[in-house]
Amino acid sequence: MTREDIFDRLTEVFIDVFDEDDITLSDNTTADDIDEWDSLEHITLITAVEKEFKIRFKMSEVSSMKNVGEMVDIIESRI
Amino acid sequence: MNIFSYPFDSDYILKKKKRLKKTLLSNEVSRTKINIAVLGGSTTDDIIAVLELFLLNYEIEPYFYKSEYNQFWNDSIFHNQDLVNFNPDIIFIHTTSRNITEYIFDLSLSEETLEKNLKSQYLYFEEMWISLFEKYKCPIIQNNFELPFYRLMGNRDASSPHGKLNFITKLNQKFYDFAEKNDNFYINDINYLSSVYGISKWADPLYWYMYKYALSIDAIPEFSFNLANIVKSIYGKNKKMMVLDLDNTLWGGVIGDDGKEHIEIGNETPVSQAYSEFQSYIKAHKNLGILLSVCSKNDMSNALDGLSHPDNILKEDDFIKIKANWENKDINIAEICSEINLTSSSVVFIDDNPAEREIVYSQNNFISIPCIENVESYIETIDRNGYFELTTFSKDDLTRNDMYRANAERENLNKKFANYNDYLLSLNMKATIKNFDKISISRIAQLTNKSNQFNLTTKRYTESDMSIIMNDTENYITIYGKLSDKFGDNGIVSVVVGNKLNDELHIDLWLMSCRVLKRDMEFAMLDKLVSIARSLNISCIFGYYLRTSKNNMVHDLYEKFGFDLINKDEKENSSWKLDIKSYENKNNVIQVLEEDY
Repeated sequence: MTREDIFDRLTEVFIDVFDEDDITLSDNTTADDIDEWDSLEHITLITAVEKEFKIRFKMSEVSSMKNVGEMVDIIESRI
Repeated sequence: MNIFSYPFDSDYILKKKKRLKKTLLSNEVSRTKINIAVLGGSTTDDIIAVLELFLLNYEIEPYFYKSEYNQFWNDSIFHNQDLVNFNPDIIFIHTTSRNITEYIFDLSLSEETLEKNLKSQYLYFEEMWISLFEKYKCPIIQNNFELPFYRLMGNRDASSPHGKLNFITKLNQKFYDFAEKNDNFYINDINYLSSVYGISKWADPLYWYMYKYALSIDAIPEFSFNLANIVKSIYGKNKKMMVLDLDNTLWGGVIGDDGKEHIEIGNETPVSQAYSEFQSYIKAHKNLGILLSVCSKNDMSNALDGLSHPDNILKEDDFIKIKANWENKDINIAEICSEINLTSSSVVFIDDNPAEREIVYSQNNFISIPCIENVESYIETIDRNGYFELTTFSKDDLTRNDMYRANAERENLNKKFANYNDYLLSLNMKATIKNFDKISISRIAQLTNKSNQFNLTTKRYTESDMSIIMNDTENYITIYGKLSDKFGDNGIVSVVVGNKLNDELHIDLWLMSCRVLKRDMEFAMLDKLVSIARSLNISCIFGYYLRTSKNNMVHDLYEKFGFDLINKDEKENSSWKLDIKSYENKNNVIQVLEEDY
């Protein structure tokens, strides 16, 4: 799976979780860029991403992820 | 099919909860609005969000108060103005084994100390429940405790008084003792739920360390579903009847093709044993007051032939109605419902054929239809759906099957009389109508919360609400009516609550069980109400009709009673007035007794 494929699938997950149709993700996207992305939805998001890619984030990874780019890096290294 | 029936896709529900909520709210159905206070010993946000979905699916619209993180005890014990203002209808206490504070692992502790610790842990909770009952007078739902995912002493942890498993098991038993003694206290059995889910998956500690959830996020839909089933049951939204297919549902094979000798039921083969166990499971529901009917695409003679197989656990007379013909099943189910006066939303339809299920669902999505797949898993699929969650249980439930059967006989009799009044007189009806009393309050609340059709205002009351107005004789007239006839005792069938304001009486609640429609029981109730009102120097009675999607049958009840219309709004809600000075009794077919018949 290319990095682009990961971004595509990740975008679908974001659209589902935030129930927002026009979400465009880049490496630099953070919680500040999406209104609905608060600490509660973050839990839903992480869980949904784990299901989508059939991976499990480590606790330290969840705590230290700074933006979508870092999330994609971790996904890329697992699948 | 309904995505909220078990087995549901938990991942999908979690991921799409925002969209699902919007969709549910956009359905045009009338919902019961209730306030639920959630007092948590760990994070509750997603539990609440998913609970909301399941309740909306049950046509209950919840509003939530959420305690601050781990403030469940303080919120319960001390005065809390926010919670007072919120005025909860139900309080849910979400505590788990993470909230156990009095257990210490120390093998040198004496039995007395261990016992003392257990007791002090229990009293910590009991004190809280009593305080909540006193302050809020509403039902409480309390989690029991799930078993921990590790065992310090291995298997011995279960039996040794020093073991945590042993401590939790004893503590749970104390909770159950309280639950059985207190009507408005319900256990949310997460001990069972976590076991069937798998304790190690349930307790995944990552969610505790990361987010302070005491259970895995993945388990939340099952948790919230279980909780929603208790709430819907308290609000009288349990199912009342199972409509069952025959071929490959109650026995293996097709009776019309294979013949009675070859259908699979009994003890001879693994498959026939599975069908037998399933039939036993279904039959046991009769004890819970659940009605059973058959709806099968078969010639009637074949269906009855199959049911007469000697190895069947379910016999022909276990069913209140048997429809065996080639009509669409949704039409047959609608007929069954109208013949015994049930709404289709109280029906569970059980059929192994996905096409039949789909047709019925597409014609009437109020009917619950579990997706049963293989006979060995029929029981689990039906059971986990919680259709018949038992929170209150009255003696009437035990005899409901007999009552409906007597109804069916009455219908046959009906045909022989040209004059309806003669028919009613021949029924030899006796009624007792009296003020609410303690012994009947549970059945009164149950009837009030499940009656939708013959119900003028569709107001809901918990048992504790009912007790409060029963005792407030300054301001309320509360009467209920029981009716028996030559076929049997119908038990409590009608409830009326009036609010006194000087010389006026305003009717808050007027409802009747559809089992006794067209029997003039409503007139007997009115006669009694007027006679009580007169004795209290009341001169006028005001009645109100609040339209819902289900109570059209009583839109003109007050007109039939001889009330004058004083107002009707654009939603067809109406108010009515009756001057009782010149009122004459209307019932002449029921003998009304002062004391119990």
